[in-house]
Amino acid sequence: MKTRFWILISVLAAILAAGPGTRPALAQFDYIDISNPFLRKVPMAVPVFKSFSGSAREKVMAVKLARMLAGNLEFTSYFTILDRGSYLYDPDRSGITAPDINFGNWTVIGAEMLITGGLKLDGDLLELELRLFDTFKQKLIAGKRYRGPVKGRDGMIRRFCSEVIFALTGKRGFFDSRLAFVSNGTGHKEIYVCRFDGKDVRRMTTYKSITMLPDWSADGRHLAYVSYRNGRPQIFIHRLANGRVRSMTKPGIQITPAWRPGRAELAATLSLSGDQEIYLLTAAGKTIKRLTNSRGIDVDPTWSPDGKKVAFVSKRSGTPQIYIKDIATGRVARLTYHGRYNTQPSWSPNGDLIAYSSMEQGQINIYVSDIEGNNPVRLTSDQGDNEAPTWSPDGSLIAFSSTRRGKSRIFVMTRYGTDQRQLIVLDGEQSDPSWSPNTMQ
Amino acid sequence: MRKRMWISVALLLIVPGLILTVSCAKKAAESEPAAVEAEPAPAPEPEATQPEQPAEQEQPDQSAIEAEQLKAQQEERAREAARNLFINEDIYFAFDSAALSDVAQQVLRSKAEWLRQNPDVTVTIEGHCDERGTAEYNLALGERRAQSAKAFLVNLGIDPARLNTISYGEERPVDPRHNEEAWAKNRRVHFTID
Repeated sequence: MKTRFWILISVLAAILAAGPGTRPALAQFDYIDISNPFLRKVPMAVPVFKSFSGSAREKVMAVKLARMLAGNLEFTSYFTILDRGSYLYDPDRSGITAPDINFGNWTVIGAEMLITGGLKLDGDLLELELRLFDTFKQKLIAGKRYRGPVKGRDGMIRRFCSEVIFALTGKRGFFDSRLAFVSNGTGHKEIYVCRFDGKDVRRMTTYKSITMLPDWSADGRHLAYVSYRNGRPQIFIHRLANGRVRSMTKPGIQITPAWRPGRAELAATLSLSGDQEIYLLTAAGKTIKRLTNSRGIDVDPTWSPDGKKVAFVSKRSGTPQIYIKDIATGRVARLTYHGRYNTQPSWSPNGDLIAYSSMEQGQINIYVSDIEGNNPVRLTSDQGDNEAPTWSPDGSLIAFSSTRRGKSRIFVMTRYGTDQRQLIVLDGEQSDPSWSPNTMQ
Repeated sequence: MRKRMWISVALLLIVPGLILTVSCAKKAAESEPAAVEAEPAPAPEPEATQPEQPAEQEQPDQSAIEAEQLKAQQEERAREAARNLFINEDIYFAFDSAALSDVAQQVLRSKAEWLRQNPDVTVTIEGHCDERGTAEYNLALGERRAQSAKAFLVNLGIDPARLNTISYGEERPVDPRHNEEAWAKNRRVHFTID
């Protein structure tokens, strides 16, 4: 009797153990594995949107908007967007809400997720409905309706993409972010800004000098950069709304500005003391305090997302290495111990990782390590020089510059180093990418 | 009769010849010192090639005038040469270093000498790096190189107010190629006259 009882218990235990698999139970994020979301891309279908009135104008827009939405989501690297040619679907005949959808038509082609859309154009007014479904569970995950002038259609698509990513990962993604970078296509290095996906490139400066090292303020309203337009490297604060620019007046060089998250303050390297040290300054250029005090080069600061720590490059131990300083306690700890030339640190907006570049045997590659400096992982290799990593605001992607194709170009990859591809196509050479916060709308 | 004729001919040939030789030697002797003085480049003389010659001299000595002109021209050329050398002779550094080699120190000594000879001049000392390494770090390293050169000159007695420094990092290479030879040329400090 007793043995039979124990046999029953063991069998039950075995069944339970073998059941749901070993995935960590992150309740609402069943679709994207947070531990390595890019390992298996979720197959998703985005059919052409339904045109409610059937007008030609609506039908054209239906195709464009579906394509834009699919492109945005594909950019995240979380999804594989299935080829529309395989869809068993006619937008004119099928429905866009759960009761009207034949989910079997989607699961049979391998789609695990489905986004349907419907739009109505009334003169200048656009009404857009978008829904995200789990095809296997036949369940609505997120649905939104947008209404507004038709010129706001791109913004509506971006907002829904943020909803999709939020529903699947708990973060709003980066669809409202921009990239600042440097290009010398005009013959001089100037600052440019583009959308997160590399489109809509605009030149921000026309100084016809050397202008470089852009950095975004936490609210996305200002760009700080370094320019020689007055004859020496100075830090300029450029207000995007009205194009007004202010420069700092301290003697010596002023380089590598880094806005402090949550405050109107910057860290930057100044040499007014005779040595290159990092200072904390107000947005108006007034010194708050000096952050480093060691003979030799101290340069290239980057802030933790809570603004309490700053990582920077110092030659204090003989070779360029990365250190972290706690602003409150003043404690400085060395981060990098591998390699003889570690520079360009960039702190992930999630706070847990620091990306940087390391030069070995004359080649520069991007590494990521935790904030203790443990387990640095190399993300690029044997493909030219890869420099200046910058994180997307949700910490999922890294943009960087690479000379793998000869000229220096801006590339993007996931934070695991997968899906490396060129982001921007422009004359000349591009470098110094800086990813803005997700607040650009 | 014949003998006397020959003697006259000989005299006619020899005497002018002697006179010519002497004046040539004089010219040669005068051009020498001018060349030697060129190094320290004395204070500039007016460009005019006609020094005080006219009415004062009862007999304008053509060769003396020409000698003066030649001297002035040579001094001017020497000054320009020294100035060009000051601008064109760069000093070079090892990778990731701002330390001054013996050669660099020698060059800086002659630059200091020129600065002493030209006390009204202020200069800008530019620090440069090769393209390896990263732009941010190289901006700082370039400045260290410029500061290194400046400190050496100040030590030799040059007024620091005459010496401005600037860093161009890796932004202004003289040699755009991607090899050791080019890199060595780009790791430099360069002087310009303000």
